[in-house]
Amino acid sequence: MGPGTVIVGTGQAGFQTAASLRSEGYEEPITLIGEEPHIPYQRPPLSKGFPLGQQDFESIQLRPGRFYQDHHIDLLAGKRVTAIDRHERQVRLESGARIPYERLVLAVGARNRKLAVDSGDLDDVLYLRSLEEAMAVKERLQSAQDIVVIGGGFIGLEIAAVACTLGKSVTVLEALPRLMSRAVAPIISDFFRELHASRGVKIICDASVSEISGSRSKVQKVVLRGGTAFPADLVMVGVGIVPNVELAQEAGLSVANGIAVNEYLETDDEDIFAIGDCAEHPCVFAGGRVRLESVQNAADQAQRVATTIAGRRSCYCALPWFWTDQFDIKLQMAGISQGHERIVTRGDAESRKLSVFYFKQDRLVAIDSINRPLDHMIGRKLIAGGVPLTPEQAADETVDLRKLEHAVAQQRSEPASH
Amino acid sequence: MPKVIYVSAKGHAREVEVPVGSTVMAAALKNGIDGIIAECGGVCMCSTCHVFVDENFFNRLPPAQDTEEAVLEIAAEERQPTSRLSCQIKVTDDLDGLIVRLPQRQR
Repeated sequence: MGPGTVIVGTGQAGFQTAASLRSEGYEEPITLIGEEPHIPYQRPPLSKGFPLGQQDFESIQLRPGRFYQDHHIDLLAGKRVTAIDRHERQVRLESGARIPYERLVLAVGARNRKLAVDSGDLDDVLYLRSLEEAMAVKERLQSAQDIVVIGGGFIGLEIAAVACTLGKSVTVLEALPRLMSRAVAPIISDFFRELHASRGVKIICDASVSEISGSRSKVQKVVLRGGTAFPADLVMVGVGIVPNVELAQEAGLSVANGIAVNEYLETDDEDIFAIGDCAEHPCVFAGGRVRLESVQNAADQAQRVATTIAGRRSCYCALPWFWTDQFDIKLQMAGISQGHERIVTRGDAESRKLSVFYFKQDRLVAIDSINRPLDHMIGRKLIAGGVPLTPEQAADETVDLRKLEHAVAQQRSEPASH
Repeated sequence: MPKVIYVSAKGHAREVEVPVGSTVMAAALKNGIDGIIAECGGVCMCSTCHVFVDENFFNRLPPAQDTEEAVLEIAAEERQPTSRLSCQIKVTDDLDGLIVRLPQRQR
């Protein structure tokens, strides 16, 4: 038996690669190495049910500890990989130990983007990505009263909703003119702005933070350029993430906005793959190369790499989808809306049932849905299958999307006429 | 403690004791039942915890919400009349002996 597959990273992508390799019948050794001292866990609850106390660590573990023994997955938690020796086909650990590989999967994820503004040695300026960070946030949320969230993206808004639900005074400062602006249309941004405002969260857009100040290591306020100050005894920062590309870069692999891979998720070295938050890959649904930060992307890419390593090399072409939970509202997103030229809607914000259909060159590229789950699920099939849908049909409630999708699917499955 | 019986696509049955309030999905993961993936962690975004509920139990379950109904539309193995997402089935004493059958595939 050879050295098998080494997976670096114990997030959703790393875990799923190991699990899928075994379910694909792969019998070689699997070594799963991660810096975090824990067994693999889900990250999405860390900004939702976990700080609210609805979920604990046990309930967010991707699998219980014995899963790894039962499936002969050698889990090295709390170990950092410091280098890849491509010539010797080994990874080197901080301890100096070397682990040989036949195939190497980089599922190394990303790290929090730090604020450009210096907060010095102030405590209580917290970021949120790892379990440790989530535990700190959860603990500080108990006693803090005035919470300023910097960043009105998914993570910032999710944690703002959590803090508000816990009865705190919450202010969200977003640098851009509207919330979640990289991901959704203005109508969705407006909906969430209203939602947060209705619960008492103060939302300030076009807010450029110039200073975070305090005394004796206690944070006291966040000051905007222009001078407006917001009192704070806890500052939460959610301004995006930066992919961990250094390991690949130092090994001479191509890096762009992430570790560069082809449609098979292979780096320049065909025995080294990169997947999940760290990987920049060609995406037919985006019409170009993208790096996506999502559970779907991590899990589907992991599955695909596992299939390839198990001997059936196959292209990655899964439809991206995303979700966010804020208060009692779930926003479901299918496809990639960036670069859209036109939108049409079904439902409306007043009824809290709304879908936004995004079109690019008259082709449906994405759907965002609030309380219209069937639009989202059928939408995934429509987009993935390239089912023709005009903006007029999308806007017309009487057009049954499910029937339309079924009709096209049936037509396509019929044998071609002679 | 109520028991849940998981029957694999190949027909192998395994009986598991499940604390009241836990979901059929969570108990499957905890007990190493293959065939439940639970990619989204139980929030009705994926269909990888799809099960076929035994007919004798199906009507005893609280009906599926719209979000769950929608997800069943994208199940890898086509939904049947007693299809449910196991993340949405909370175990109660009344469900002792619940039988769920697992599909051939979840992805």
